[in-house]
Amino acid sequence: MSLPAFAADMALSARAQRVATVAAEFADRIDRDGRFPREAVDAMKAERLLGIQIPTAFGGEGASITEIAEVCSILGQACASSAMVFAMHQIKVSSLVAHGADSAWHMDFMRELAGRQLLVASATTEGGIGGNMRNSICAIEVDGDTCRLTKDATVISYGAHADAIMVTSRSSEKAAPTDQVMTVFRQGQYTLQKTVDWDTLGMRGTCSDGFLFKGEAPSAQIFPKPFAEIAAQSMLATSHLLWSGVWYGIAADAVLRAQAFVRAAARKAGGTQPPGALRLAEASNLLQLLKGNILSGLKLYADARLDHDRLSSMAFSIAMNNVKLASSETILTIINQAMIICGIMGYKNGTPYSLGRHLRDAHSAQLMISNDRILGNTSTMLLVQKPDTSLLG
Amino acid sequence: MNETIRGLLTRVGGLPVAVTELEDGADLYAAGLSSFASVQLMLGLEEAFDIEFPDSLLNRKSFASIAAIEQTVSHILQAREAA
Repeated sequence: MSLPAFAADMALSARAQRVATVAAEFADRIDRDGRFPREAVDAMKAERLLGIQIPTAFGGEGASITEIAEVCSILGQACASSAMVFAMHQIKVSSLVAHGADSAWHMDFMRELAGRQLLVASATTEGGIGGNMRNSICAIEVDGDTCRLTKDATVISYGAHADAIMVTSRSSEKAAPTDQVMTVFRQGQYTLQKTVDWDTLGMRGTCSDGFLFKGEAPSAQIFPKPFAEIAAQSMLATSHLLWSGVWYGIAADAVLRAQAFVRAAARKAGGTQPPGALRLAEASNLLQLLKGNILSGLKLYADARLDHDRLSSMAFSIAMNNVKLASSETILTIINQAMIICGIMGYKNGTPYSLGRHLRDAHSAQLMISNDRILGNTSTMLLVQKPDTSLLG
Repeated sequence: MNETIRGLLTRVGGLPVAVTELEDGADLYAAGLSSFASVQLMLGLEEAFDIEFPDSLLNRKSFASIAAIEQTVSHILQAREAA
């Protein structure tokens, strides 16, 4: 292979495409059986995608959130569950990259994550907190160099398949519910006892079962920053942007299928446009709107990334909330349009135009952090924060 | 000013601890100040001091402690006098 050919072969998008080919092959089976997308995640590891966000100094590639969102969208076009596992892993890695560089243990963990392609899961949800991850009931017990934690985690996506889990808790037995820390627990340092089955409408392959988590680890594995800062400065933005990347992928594939349907119909009818052709134009319009929405969010994040004040400002939170709201709602409209275009061929499973999985997967978008909760937060902020009226800034 | 801020915190802060027990430098978010309560607090401060917070000061840091709030409000009042 020539050097330019090798470079093209190693480009992030080319590696993501190869993983997407594997993910697409198993997508229907993973959806039907509700099982973990093992083949796709193995392909991510083989293409070394799990460590791309880690800085080069720690053995990664220093990929930006924009580049990672692109990978999410490529994977999302093939298998939304695989893409969401990748996105959720990268959201955890973003916390490590943004907040772990002051701590020797977390730096070593970054090196190992990049080297051994470790998959990281998240346990932020807990029974009794009413879905607000900025509150914890459980408290970490720090006993000298050791910390212990038990958490009734009602959702740990791919928890049973992860190499490490980042778990939130109160910072001590005496701390207020909002006084939280996050701790990295590595496989072998915890036990998971399954309490809730993940049998859902869509996103069936994320295997977001509930578990009783019990862990014990060196206290050095607790992030040195309060979780409130981690949530505001790395999780909020990366969640909304990377999820949106996945959702864009689902909608884009639906539009692609609808276009294939319209073309096939037009060919049969000797060039006469089928009735769905107009809707295809509408769907393409909405897809472009969705793309613009995500790209503007990515740009905003890229500009604010190193400015802690800006990242924790209300204006930035509102903008990220708006990205999430728009993406999660628009994809449903787009996929519904595609379904109407493809008709019964889209409604049926097992055709080249099937859209059932897309539609079911897409319905998770408005629920993962409920859009109503996000609207509520934004409307509260708008009591003091002026809405952004600038076009360019 | 300190008293007014503490009065507002008591009224709208919804903290699980007594405001009198908080030091001026104590982290209000760690003490349990929710984002909704922080907005109520901002509205109360705007009303009490007849000010408006510019967007550049609407971040966590400006309201992170009683001392930080004093500094934020003083900053706005001074800027107004200078104008």
